[in-house]
Amino acid sequence: MKFGVVQFPGSNCDDDAYYAIGSVIGQPVEFIWHQSEQVSGFDAIILPGGFAFGDYLRTGAIARFSPVMKAVSGFARSGGLVLGVCNGFQILLEAGLLPGAMLRNQRLRFLCRQVHVRVENTDTPFTCAARPGQILKMPIAHMEGNYFCDAATLAELERNKQIVFRYVHPDGRDAGPDDFDANPNGALHAIAGLCNRERNVVGLMPHPERAVESALGSADGLVILRSMVESLSRAENRIKSAPAAERIPA
Amino acid sequence: MIDTEIKVTPQIAAEHGLSPDEYARTQKILGRDPNLTELGIFSVMWSEHCSYKSSRVHLKRLPTRGPHVVQGPGENAGVVDIGNGLVAVFKIESHNHPSFVEPFQGAATGVGGILRDIFTMGARPIAVLDSLRFGPISPGADAGNATTEEIARNRSILDGVVRGIAFYGNCFGVPTVGGEVMFEPCYSNNPLVNALALGIARKDELFFARAHGAGNPVIYVGAKTGRDGIHGASLLASAEFSEESQQKRPNVQVGDPFMEKLLLEACLEAMRTGAIVAIQDMGAAGLTSTSSEMASRGGAGIEIDLARVPQRETGMTPYEMMLSESQERMLLVAERGREREVFDVFHKWGLDAVEIGRVTEDGKLRVLNHGRVAAEIPAHALAEEGPRYERPIAAPKAAAAPGAPLIEFARERADLTENFRRLLASPAIASKYWVTEQYDSMVRTNTRVGPGQGDAAVVRLKESKRALALSTDGNGRWGFLSPRLGAMHAVAEAARNVACTGARPIAATNCLNFGNPEKPEVMWQFTEAIDGIAEACRALETPITGGNVSFYNETLGKPIYPTPVLGVLGLMEDADCALGSGFRNEGDLILLLDGANPESFRSADLQVGMFSSSEYAKAIHGIVAGTPPAIDLTAEKRLIDCLVKLAAERAILSAHDVSDGGLAVTLAESCFDSDGLSAEIDLGSHDEPAESALFGERGARAVVSVAAALLARATAIAAQYDIKVQQVGSVTRGEFRIQYKGTPVIRGTTDSFRQTWSESLGKAIEAAS
Repeated sequence: MKFGVVQFPGSNCDDDAYYAIGSVIGQPVEFIWHQSEQVSGFDAIILPGGFAFGDYLRTGAIARFSPVMKAVSGFARSGGLVLGVCNGFQILLEAGLLPGAMLRNQRLRFLCRQVHVRVENTDTPFTCAARPGQILKMPIAHMEGNYFCDAATLAELERNKQIVFRYVHPDGRDAGPDDFDANPNGALHAIAGLCNRERNVVGLMPHPERAVESALGSADGLVILRSMVESLSRAENRIKSAPAAERIPA
Repeated sequence: MIDTEIKVTPQIAAEHGLSPDEYARTQKILGRDPNLTELGIFSVMWSEHCSYKSSRVHLKRLPTRGPHVVQGPGENAGVVDIGNGLVAVFKIESHNHPSFVEPFQGAATGVGGILRDIFTMGARPIAVLDSLRFGPISPGADAGNATTEEIARNRSILDGVVRGIAFYGNCFGVPTVGGEVMFEPCYSNNPLVNALALGIARKDELFFARAHGAGNPVIYVGAKTGRDGIHGASLLASAEFSEESQQKRPNVQVGDPFMEKLLLEACLEAMRTGAIVAIQDMGAAGLTSTSSEMASRGGAGIEIDLARVPQRETGMTPYEMMLSESQERMLLVAERGREREVFDVFHKWGLDAVEIGRVTEDGKLRVLNHGRVAAEIPAHALAEEGPRYERPIAAPKAAAAPGAPLIEFARERADLTENFRRLLASPAIASKYWVTEQYDSMVRTNTRVGPGQGDAAVVRLKESKRALALSTDGNGRWGFLSPRLGAMHAVAEAARNVACTGARPIAATNCLNFGNPEKPEVMWQFTEAIDGIAEACRALETPITGGNVSFYNETLGKPIYPTPVLGVLGLMEDADCALGSGFRNEGDLILLLDGANPESFRSADLQVGMFSSSEYAKAIHGIVAGTPPAIDLTAEKRLIDCLVKLAAERAILSAHDVSDGGLAVTLAESCFDSDGLSAEIDLGSHDEPAESALFGERGARAVVSVAAALLARATAIAAQYDIKVQQVGSVTRGEFRIQYKGTPVIRGTTDSFRQTWSESLGKAIEAAS
């Protein structure tokens, strides 16, 4: 099992993702330079947060043209796990790997704070180790996290159960309209993260890689990384036709 | 465009800010008249901002040596040893004038500049703190005579500065972990934007700005040179403001944090090749200062040809190129024969890297343009033999606040809850969350104690068990009332804040913000402050490793309060011992630690004088008078040592020093930064007015909380350091209540107090927008 962390020139959460995977959950991990034209040998790819190309035009608008994104698209089409965090989520939207777009935060300010999201769907390789409805505390840090899509797309997302994380109050209550305490950027239907129809590509605005040690505020992001490890080892074991996979100890 | 062929006259020299003596000095150094390009070069290098000509003779009095110091003042940043083969590289710098003229870009490029100072030494930046001061942003007793227009403009300056800092730091990928936001009427037309950056490097992999090895190539890397920022250092930073200052906007540089991020990664990677001999960032005075300073420090000369410099605009003259302050550029010297390795790294990151010249043996800065000599000046004389002034010094004849009435204490048994609420709502005391949540404070996943969570910021080191703590502090009002005491308190408070997190203060950096040094009263304030800093830094064992002086902070002839801002760095052996300021558990006991003898502050006259200088006097009564509290540096040192020991022994659960707003505010803040906890307090009975007991400010005090089972342990440790312990109450889940002389003097629900405290700043700023 090998994780890859893509490095765009302006990625700045790449080291954090690398540390969370390599040092905290102890899985093999390597960086992938944005000019790489292939991503073979990796089992999961993370598009980390940051400002890939400065994001002066629109977040992720230039990054989607990087050679690596062609390879990542192919990787995703063949069923590989792709996790986009913050800027990585924005890039997945721009690249068309996930539907919808990001607007600027409703109050037009950058926001860095701990938020709470509810796991809306455990039927993905990124949430399979979570309890349905589990509340995760993770930080956000972005200017453009106000998710938007048209009504038809939203209906489809709901129908296919593609909404994976929703901003909620700490006790799990839904965010109301203009409820910036719970839904700080004003995202449509409080959507914090979603997956593609095939469920192997997930993007989310909160940073799981910043929530892997309780000493730094929260370790709730671990469940996302552990879900990935669990589903990958299950897949590996299937290939080896071995008995049912052991759960990765929490 | 400036015609460089014109002949330089004394009048042109004067227009460049050079005095007749300084002009004569340029003629003597050259043995002839300078041409216009050379005049421009001299004028920026000898500007107050670059040459420290008014301050240098006084800065020598600061202590700069200590067991941890690897590099003191004189390099791009200070360096201290933090063990495990690692060093901390840190420095604070001002960007006041640009931030007034163009708040967003001024603040952004201030952050960019200080970050380059750090990574040019081979260190990766791991934290930024911003110490900010503005004029009043809401009407009230503490707004002085500020007009509605001034208040509106102050809000917009604050908004622009905060957005600028966020824009730069967030994109660059360095956490902004702390700092200050203060308000005084004197900063209305002269905000202070002081940015501190901290980086980490391996001790044996530090880089310095010392060019050597004749024939070695001089390589320009980073952004292209344009016409922005010309004369930023000499005209913006080294002169007072008038009504026309907004016209200086073209002198402000424009920042590109993405370019800076590329430059950071490329520089650190290029350094690892081993092919780099020397490197320096182009900050103030751009190509001029980097080339002449690198040559001077290395005892060498440098020859460059401007035709080879990457340019953003066409038709730039040598004068413009040498004076441009375009951002995100570096100059480096590589080993001859290994240029290719350096070029390859920069090209990988998509950056320009061009050989523009070479190191020479003749000690001269020689500037060619298409092979023709445009300027030729002895580098050492230019960089190190500029003017030095012993400016006239005169203590003011009258007291700083002449005729100001001193405070009258409220009657006994007065209910002070309403005043307490007003104090919590005052911008100086209110939560700064509205500001700090716009900064990414968590990137790099090292932030153990972030903004608002403790008295200092704490970042852990992934390379070891250790952590570093940093705090910036300064009290302009106290500096105004007594420059020396104000400066001493700035050192003591920053060190105390660091100690409250459990870290031992080991070094300091300072940013000295003052008025026009040509005024003898301003120079007096400056020298007093220097002596105060020197005495306090000696006593607290925090040598000064670098910093910056910002003079000419005046608008329309009115100087700011003398405002030395101190950044103190602390080292913690075990990051897991880091303490926040918030209470932790219901039932814990609350102790007031006091390094001084409380009785020595209880004389009635002393109380009135001291209390008139407090935040409360200003916020509630609009009084700025009296003298700051006397300071006892040995008491401060004992308290610091005690706090470090208490944290290391895990004897206490939180620590928060008593400062702005006094004991009542300290206690409230420890509740606000907890999980819904409150406090029940009894301050006993003393011969001291209730207002003074609740809101009085003096040094060497901290509020700590302790589990009941560890009370004896904590008390025993305090006794070892001769620290007085008063058990003042306990952590509860009920009402917030303070009792004094048997009567409740402050009471209310913690939630209501918290709401007042947490919402008022955002409301004030967004009121008009």
